[in-house]
Amino acid sequence: MALFEAQNLHKRFGDRVVLEEINLSFEAGQISGIMGPNGAGKTTCFNVLTGRYKPNRGKVIFDGEDITGMAPRSIARKGISRSFQIMNLFDDFSVIENVLIGVPQVRDRGFNMTRRVAADSVAMDKAAMVLEQVGLKDKAFENAGSLPYGDRRALEIGVALASEPRLLFLDEPTSGLGIDATARLAELVLELKQAYTIVIIEHDMKFLFGLADNIAVIHWGQVITRGTPDELRANKWVQSSNLGKLA
Amino acid sequence: MNTNTGVAAWITRPMLITFALLVSLPLWIESVGLYQYLGVEIVIWMVFALGFNLLLGYTGLPAFGHGAYFGIGAYAFGLSQLHLAESLWLGIFCAMFFAALGGAMVATFLSHRRGIYYALLTIAFGQVFWFLSIKWHRLTGGEDGLLNIPRPDLDLGFVSISLASNQALFYFVLLLFVLVVIGLWRLIHSPFGTVIKAIKQNEMRTAFIGYNVWLYKWLVFTLSASIAGLAGGMFAMAQESAYPDVMSLHASGFVVMMVLIGGGMVSFWGPVIGAAVYFLARDLLGAATETWLLWYGLMFMAVIMFKPEGIAGAWQGLVKRRKESARVEKKPFTG
Repeated sequence: MALFEAQNLHKRFGDRVVLEEINLSFEAGQISGIMGPNGAGKTTCFNVLTGRYKPNRGKVIFDGEDITGMAPRSIARKGISRSFQIMNLFDDFSVIENVLIGVPQVRDRGFNMTRRVAADSVAMDKAAMVLEQVGLKDKAFENAGSLPYGDRRALEIGVALASEPRLLFLDEPTSGLGIDATARLAELVLELKQAYTIVIIEHDMKFLFGLADNIAVIHWGQVITRGTPDELRANKWVQSSNLGKLA
Repeated sequence: MNTNTGVAAWITRPMLITFALLVSLPLWIESVGLYQYLGVEIVIWMVFALGFNLLLGYTGLPAFGHGAYFGIGAYAFGLSQLHLAESLWLGIFCAMFFAALGGAMVATFLSHRRGIYYALLTIAFGQVFWFLSIKWHRLTGGEDGLLNIPRPDLDLGFVSISLASNQALFYFVLLLFVLVVIGLWRLIHSPFGTVIKAIKQNEMRTAFIGYNVWLYKWLVFTLSASIAGLAGGMFAMAQESAYPDVMSLHASGFVVMMVLIGGGMVSFWGPVIGAAVYFLARDLLGAATETWLLWYGLMFMAVIMFKPEGIAGAWQGLVKRRKESARVEKKPFTG
């Protein structure tokens, strides 16, 4: 059984149907991709899967449990974490503080009003380990708001990793990155694949086709096709669309 | 959050300097032309402003009706002394408990909101409490308020100390101030403090990493209201009365101005500085002109326009610039 499934998801805003009968499944240990043109409904789909929006119909199943309509915090505590296309960091915190706040040891003691955060060596070690994973260990005590763009993208993923997720959603992780930074990010995602199940929304087709085991194509709010990168390259619709040329 | 271990110690050097300055205040305040009771008022409002800054400065929640909880504390203290028993500890408990209760009820409605909607609701609820204090005549004494509230002795079990003199009351109020400062300092460096600071910066991300943002906002509002209640209780004890004026919108505005002028958005000590500046302005400017509030208002506008980080922010900037220039001077000549 797939680790994560979306069954017949339907989402509308007022009269406008944004997602219609979306069926997706993501297998454990794989990198899955969601692609589609701008305005296809990819980010809305991510937002429904991670609890930001409640679907009007359909189910979201994680590890056999129905998590449809759960609040983002509950979904996060079940082991699903996400990054954002538009940077969502704690800019006044240092780099390590951004990660530290997501570490389960700190999160579980969130209501403690007397213990010092910095005194928790287990949490600090865990945060340092995450920073090493995303290549920011040397910048641990720099202010997050003053990091260069590529490092902020890496930290965005670091914050998502801090909570030790089982499933990691990455929303357009290459957005705004240059060629070198995109290549480094691809290496990082491949490393993360050893430990996490990953789902990526991406408009950079080369990046996605080079990494993903399976890709679903969303257009007009519907899944119009899915398959391995090779299957999609051979798909007539993908070939005829602009997406095929980019891959 | 600060990962530097020294800064998060229970007692810090700025704390010791502040406490020492305040402990010595009754010894010199009259020699500079001021009076003992002013010290009591300043310290009470410092407590109020510190508790309020937990909400505004640390959690980023714009609350403009906080005078209500100060007022609830004042009435609760007065009513407990007039109708239950003349006991300092009972009065303080009632002041904090009923202000926290009022705060908790309001926070239940507020905590889903943010930004302008949050601010407007705090004003609306503040006005509700103010209106109740005027109209619920049987309980609150209406516009006259509660008069002749006794100032109970400080009963420590083995010894009882009279707080009848303003100097004795000052030292008692200062003791509570010290406890509030140490408690709040610890709180803002705790996991709870880290989470509220995270909420201020990015509420959505805080929820997506697994925190119940609603509950933290509710808790911080309730806690802040209880500290306002403590200050209000002390105020009722100092004034020996409680009246609706302290719950009015302009009284709520004063604490906001104190926090912003002092620099509460960037410094723990901002509210302390702001409360002192407000009362000194009131008494010193007030002695010179009846329109002192106009000048204070203009000062507030100038701070917001030219130095929104307030006095503490200006001081931090000065220290930073001096450190930087000292570092540049120490660099060896390489040209």
